[in-house]
Amino acid sequence: MSRKGLWRILAVLALAMLVLAGCDSSKILPSDALNVLDPKGTAGEKSLDLIYFSIAIMLVVFAIVMAIFIYVLVKFRKREGVTLDRSKYKDHNTVLEIIWTVLPIAALVALAIPTVKYTFDLAEVPKGDDVLVVEVVGHQYWWEFKYPKQGFKTAQELHIPVGKKVHFKITGTDVLHAFWVPALGGKMDVIPGRVNELTLDAKKAGLYHGKCAELCGASHALMDFKVVAEEQADFDKWIAKMSAPPAPVVTAKEKQGEEIFNSSCIKCHAGMDPKREGPDLTKFGNRQSIAGILKYDEKNLKAWLKDPKSIKPGTKMEKFDFLNDQELDALTQYLMNRK
Amino acid sequence: MGTLLIMIVFGLFFAAIFTGGYNNTLIQRARKTTAWDWLTSVDHKKIGVMYFMAGIFYFVVGGLEALFMRYQLLVPGNDAFVGRTFNELLTMHGTTMIFFAAMPLIFGLINVVMPLQIGARDVAFPFLNSLGFWLFFFGALLTNMGWIFGGAPDAGWTSYVQLALNEYSPGPGVDYYVLGLQIAGAGTTMSGINFLVTILNMRTKGMSLLRMPMFTWTSLITSVLIIFAMPPLTIALLLLMMDRLFGANFFDHVMGGSAVLWEHLFWIFGHPEVYIVVLPAFGIMSDIFSTFSKKKLFGYNSMVFATSLIGFLGFMVWVHHMFTVGLGPVSNSIFAIATMLIAIPTGIKVFNWLFTMWGGELTFPVAMKWAIGFIPTFVIGGMTGIMLAAPPADFQYQDSYFVVAHFHYVLIGGTVFALLAGAYYWWPKMFGKMLSERLGNWHFWLFFIGFHLTFFPQHFLGLFGMPRRVFTYEPNVGLEYINQVSTFGAILMGIGTIIFAWNMIQSFRSKKIAAADPWDGRSLEWATETPVPFYNFAQLPEVRGVDAFWLEKQAGNKQMTPAEPLGKIHMPSGSHIPFLMSIALFVGGWGLIARSWQIGVMGLLAFGVTMFMRSFDRDHGFYVKPKELLDKEAKS
Amino acid sequence: MAHHPVEIKPGMHLETATFEGKNKVMGFWMFLGAETVLFACLFGTYLALRNQTVNGPSGAELFDPVLVAVATAILLFSSLTSVFAMMAMNKLDKKGMLFWLGVTVLLGLSFLVLEIYEFVHYIHEGHTFMSSAFGSSFYALVGTHGAHVTFGIIWISTIMYQAWKWGINTETAPKLFVSSLYWHFIDVVWVFIFTLVYLLGMVG
Repeated sequence: MSRKGLWRILAVLALAMLVLAGCDSSKILPSDALNVLDPKGTAGEKSLDLIYFSIAIMLVVFAIVMAIFIYVLVKFRKREGVTLDRSKYKDHNTVLEIIWTVLPIAALVALAIPTVKYTFDLAEVPKGDDVLVVEVVGHQYWWEFKYPKQGFKTAQELHIPVGKKVHFKITGTDVLHAFWVPALGGKMDVIPGRVNELTLDAKKAGLYHGKCAELCGASHALMDFKVVAEEQADFDKWIAKMSAPPAPVVTAKEKQGEEIFNSSCIKCHAGMDPKREGPDLTKFGNRQSIAGILKYDEKNLKAWLKDPKSIKPGTKMEKFDFLNDQELDALTQYLMNRK
Repeated sequence: MGTLLIMIVFGLFFAAIFTGGYNNTLIQRARKTTAWDWLTSVDHKKIGVMYFMAGIFYFVVGGLEALFMRYQLLVPGNDAFVGRTFNELLTMHGTTMIFFAAMPLIFGLINVVMPLQIGARDVAFPFLNSLGFWLFFFGALLTNMGWIFGGAPDAGWTSYVQLALNEYSPGPGVDYYVLGLQIAGAGTTMSGINFLVTILNMRTKGMSLLRMPMFTWTSLITSVLIIFAMPPLTIALLLLMMDRLFGANFFDHVMGGSAVLWEHLFWIFGHPEVYIVVLPAFGIMSDIFSTFSKKKLFGYNSMVFATSLIGFLGFMVWVHHMFTVGLGPVSNSIFAIATMLIAIPTGIKVFNWLFTMWGGELTFPVAMKWAIGFIPTFVIGGMTGIMLAAPPADFQYQDSYFVVAHFHYVLIGGTVFALLAGAYYWWPKMFGKMLSERLGNWHFWLFFIGFHLTFFPQHFLGLFGMPRRVFTYEPNVGLEYINQVSTFGAILMGIGTIIFAWNMIQSFRSKKIAAADPWDGRSLEWATETPVPFYNFAQLPEVRGVDAFWLEKQAGNKQMTPAEPLGKIHMPSGSHIPFLMSIALFVGGWGLIARSWQIGVMGLLAFGVTMFMRSFDRDHGFYVKPKELLDKEAKS
Repeated sequence: MAHHPVEIKPGMHLETATFEGKNKVMGFWMFLGAETVLFACLFGTYLALRNQTVNGPSGAELFDPVLVAVATAILLFSSLTSVFAMMAMNKLDKKGMLFWLGVTVLLGLSFLVLEIYEFVHYIHEGHTFMSSAFGSSFYALVGTHGAHVTFGIIWISTIMYQAWKWGINTETAPKLFVSSLYWHFIDVVWVFIFTLVYLLGMVG
């Protein structure tokens, strides 16, 4: 069965409907960034194989049930003046009953075999130097990504090289979350006090959206992250950038910003208070999003600093509304230049 | 101040009990009111009606919560119900629908119908029956008090830790969940024991186990499930209460606790719970298919076997809710296969229903329409269930809208359709009137179409990457229109429900008494008069086979053959103690929620006092002469 | 539904002589089924968490075999005396029955005293309900059992009073019978606690 082919037919059908309705396609067609039905990684492909295989079996069963169902409804509805010879119809039939016990068993065995095989496949831990290990820590409501071998950490944005197995070691510090990149593969729960493992890869470069899939509090819906899958060369460049010492602080404005940062932000954003751990901001200038959900620009950064809770309900980030416009300017410039 | 007030009330309460210093004339007058009659009733039909009406009420409440959520999800970035408020809505929607709508509606039907179907005059423990209802009632009330006082529970109906712990859900919200469900759950366990003993011990002459109507059979299996599935919930709630109220460390990972432990305990209860609410639905459908096909249920014995097997397997599959917890491929595979096995007995049931209709003489009143609508709907829900059972695929479905679609297909397409079918079918026995078929048709079609519009698209929401329990979603990734269709469908379901409410009101206002056997029924409940006298049968009937009443009608008899001579009937007396007991626990529970230990302890003490009241209550019921006996005496 | 007065003779099973009695005994067995699952969950919780001592003392350091053995002996013996009480009840020997029930209650009380002494001792050793997951699960399991014993003592005492006042008849006999079933049940639970908590804990 061609996975792609089936998906294309569905897409064409949906598009046809859209054209008829004259609608905006981005509001009904799934995006490449997070579509389970068009996976960009091995794990996602395996899941999808099984999804389609099980749908195929189920459609056969459904067709049989519906055929009998419709036949019965049409044939045996009560008609005036027609009396059926009831003695013909028994209230049990051993042969039939055996058939509809054994056939489903056969179908389930057919489904169970690939299920078990894939379950073990997906649990396999990749070995060798070629494997990138990333430690994922889920926090209320942000994601921390540590690259232990490369020796740095970042937040909200996960970079992975195309074509390489990435082995995630997933844990948490507060409540349950679940780490999910729909376009790359299945999810894994984040459980404080426990390290879960998950292996994904990306076969195609692109920007994929990650989600938290376990209810984790007020801003569960906003606990997004981005996965940047890039060619090895680009990935290496990113690694080099992230491992390099931070850009020097040059202008007076940036210096003022640094002072503000060191007098207030640093408390949470440099791991001084373990109960209020914020994302590492050493390389904030390289980010593509703010708080995982907003577009990366100065306006959004200021809005976030002024009133984070209005953007992400329940976040631990404090308001910085006590800064005047000039100070805020300085802080944002400092942050955006930390490359 | 509040504490003081409640202490005074309690003081009066105790003083009144110990001194017998009630105001007797007032009490006497109160005893004559209808409210007192219902409050103290131990008549299974009245308790059933109260369960049913409470269930309908909470069905509407849960439905409103759902509509609020669908409204919030109409467009991305909507700000009507965000953050904590949305979490309260989703938590209370799930909790309400499962515990306070589905369960009481089922208990209502079991209470009204099951004793009639086995030819009994009451349940085995009428007092416990009343207590079970009032515990449910006050438990549900307590859980919903959060909306008014201090915030509703907001950690999901599964209430996963650590989110449900004090640190992450401060305030009383989750406490309402813990104590409200604990009280309601105690009532549920009692009812389970009560139904089981009733079915095993109280059957009339000739009603062997393998002659019982399928609804009674499924009630029996459900009761067994309740007895074995509720205790894990009791313990889970107890441990969570200890953690939240008394500083224990069952779930705090820093102190060695385990979040996975909660998931196990919850789902060891939670999965059988699904069968608790769906097996009686199968029973209702079986009875309805048989009645409106004018045929005996096809494969009766295999149906009994399948029901029992589903009940048994229901305890072996809970880990399929936890495939992404990281328990490893061995455990995942075992539970995957166990889950798939359930499809076999379920399939047997579906084919048996189809072949019940095969060769029948089908008519389609509203009750039958629900049953017909149930088949494709439930089959879809069952099939997505099997798809979810495969862990590699489940890794993608888990906690996405696909799962939401799946369990609504099962719980609405299975349970709710069946309950509504049962409502139309047994309404004349419950209330002595009929529901309008015309309004019923509107209700059915709006609800049925609305249901599929709401939930079928949600499969795709999940596959397009939308997690469940989110208050908003990304724009321009293909989610907008599908969400809008879903919301539109929900509105149709809402309109359908309003029509149903109107139908009920019309029926209550109507003066026309229903016929005793309006559907040309097959089982014993249709052999009673309408309205059913409180002693059910003047003479208990003798049963000669499956479809007892139908057999008699086929043999040309208008009535069942009596199994006993006409005589005085012993009936249990009503009691106000169940109501007092439940109030005591309600107050005690609320005291604990408010962290007022005095009130909590006093509530428990008051409960202890009521237990003594019950133990020393030597009322052994009374004898009544049925109408038939009075007529005969008058003649002679 | 037979509600004819039952003729009471020694040696008959008075507890199931009436319809209500039969229902009560069967319902109580179902209740014990539910209780079994309840305790199974507590055992599961304890076994899952028993090594999570978080710097606190472990079971091997805490448990005193002599004390627990004495408590076990007392409780098992009380099961026996409760059987004697039921035998007396069947013979309609009210005095004998009350005597043996009295002994049962006293043994239950002494078990409770030992348990409270044990808990106080543990708390001094730093093993409390709040000290760790091990502490929480230990007290939840053993404490729930203790609460059952306490309830049993109050219950049996109440029924003793009723039997003393109202005699042994179809009203009191089912109550006496199910309360003794209950007492045996909590003894059996204790045997499991003795094995899975104390013996297993001492092995480490």
